[in-house]
Amino acid sequence: MRKGMFYGLLFTAPAILGFAIFTLGPMIASLVLSLTNYNVFKEQTAFTGLDNYMRLFSGEDELFYKSLGITFYFVVLRVPAVILLSFGIALLLNLNVKGRAIFRTIIYLPSIVPAVASAMIWMWLLNPDLGLINSLLSRLHLPTSNWLYGEGSVIPSVVLTTLWGIGSTVIIFLAGLSGIPRQYYEAIEVDGGGWFRKLSHVTVPMVTPTIFFNTIMTIIGSFQVFNEAYILTQGGPNNQSLFYVFYLWRTGFRDAEMGYASALAWILFVIILFFTFIVFRTSKSWVYYEGGDRA
Amino acid sequence: MFIIPFVWLIRSSLMNLSQIFTMPPEWIPKPFQWGNFHKALTVLPFDIFFKNTLIIVVTVLVGTVITSSIGAFGFSRIPWKGRDAVFAVLMTSMMLPAAVTMIPSFLGWQAIGFYDTLYPLIVPAYFGGGIFNIFLLRQFYLSIPRDFDEAAYVDGANYWQIYTRIIFPLSRSAIIVVALFSFLASWNDFMGPLIYLKSDKWFTLALGLQMFQGTYTAQWDLLMAASATVVLPCVIVFLAGQRYFLEGITLTGLKG
Repeated sequence: MRKGMFYGLLFTAPAILGFAIFTLGPMIASLVLSLTNYNVFKEQTAFTGLDNYMRLFSGEDELFYKSLGITFYFVVLRVPAVILLSFGIALLLNLNVKGRAIFRTIIYLPSIVPAVASAMIWMWLLNPDLGLINSLLSRLHLPTSNWLYGEGSVIPSVVLTTLWGIGSTVIIFLAGLSGIPRQYYEAIEVDGGGWFRKLSHVTVPMVTPTIFFNTIMTIIGSFQVFNEAYILTQGGPNNQSLFYVFYLWRTGFRDAEMGYASALAWILFVIILFFTFIVFRTSKSWVYYEGGDRA
Repeated sequence: MFIIPFVWLIRSSLMNLSQIFTMPPEWIPKPFQWGNFHKALTVLPFDIFFKNTLIIVVTVLVGTVITSSIGAFGFSRIPWKGRDAVFAVLMTSMMLPAAVTMIPSFLGWQAIGFYDTLYPLIVPAYFGGGIFNIFLLRQFYLSIPRDFDEAAYVDGANYWQIYTRIIFPLSRSAIIVVALFSFLASWNDFMGPLIYLKSDKWFTLALGLQMFQGTYTAQWDLLMAASATVVLPCVIVFLAGQRYFLEGITLTGLKG
């Protein structure tokens, strides 16, 4: 076909321009900003080299380490919970039960609820004095909790509220499960293997690419949690839920320290790249591809 | 587990305060307090928030569908040198945390005088419509047999005609998925409006609800009625298009 180059560029121009204007440009600008002391309220902006990064790593900014630690804690708690729970639910939904489509819809529904609205619902369900959850617990004579208002319980509570929205992870697992050929199970049935043998010898190995994909996406998403921090806790109590992106937002938009906040953003980027890279590297040993060993 | 919070939301939005706090909890409102909705939606200018949200959702949806499908066409059905390499570069933006581009984007919009307007929330949709949507549509276009457009090309059709008369109509279901994703994303967006909007007159429902929470903290009946109002359109739109929606996610899950 003639004039492919011209038309190709014409059709993709909005996307390429968009990338240049809204991704590449801001990325470079952010890197430059991170090397300055730009503050909206200060008159003078100076190029300060690596000062922002030095300040971050020197330990002078305690909140940096604190928010980093809290975010790691959240990621470590949330990623396995999301993966195990959504895989479990997907296994259940993959059984040939009646009304599968309805269950699928019910599981997916919470993940389309706007963050503010779902935060509102959970703030109340978890309210220590008036909430449904504590009232149920106390009626069952089980210990109650301060949930979002307790220093020790706030992060697990936030993890709990985000688990409500795992629908899309479940759906992706279901897609992976539906791609497993029947013959593999039949082969095990012929050998007299039961449910557990099917799970460990066929289902799990065959679904490892999906586990891999979901793990990467969940890690990337968990590091960037913001809405929950802003709406549910505002970083409290006593900074115990000072999530990294919330701290970044506060530094940049409330304290107007935009140079410093840009440095924070780049550190987050490097951290996310690092963990994605690690999962990619280890994936070679545990992700199974039917068509060969491409990773 | 997944449904109880919804039920709790709906029942609480239709109760008065004293019934809400009855222990043990009651599940059926008596009588139904339909007035909660009226009260909740009039104490703050929710009609303005709704109008703003609607403007954003509709214009973003149009922009997203048009530019992402055009882009996907250019990245799948037109052969040109360097095409796949350019696409791969664009795909990297999916890995980039929003936090990295947030501050310069904000400063840029402010510099050209569009801070506290709806433009920063709308205009980007007209520049590619999001790489994820392009990716989704491209996957779909790649599965359409090449013979169709080659036959049309031989008959003298140009790329624009192939796109508008063959590929776009053939990909109705994938387009619906993109439209749904776009609707939900801009209806639910919180961080964008939070950063770019300052005056109440531009607030969206998500911001309005957050503001409502700050002002009427103890009015759980009204809070729940307002929340239900924000959730409901999402649920309706989802239920209307769920067949395509779940298929679309399955598609990306499989071929991702």
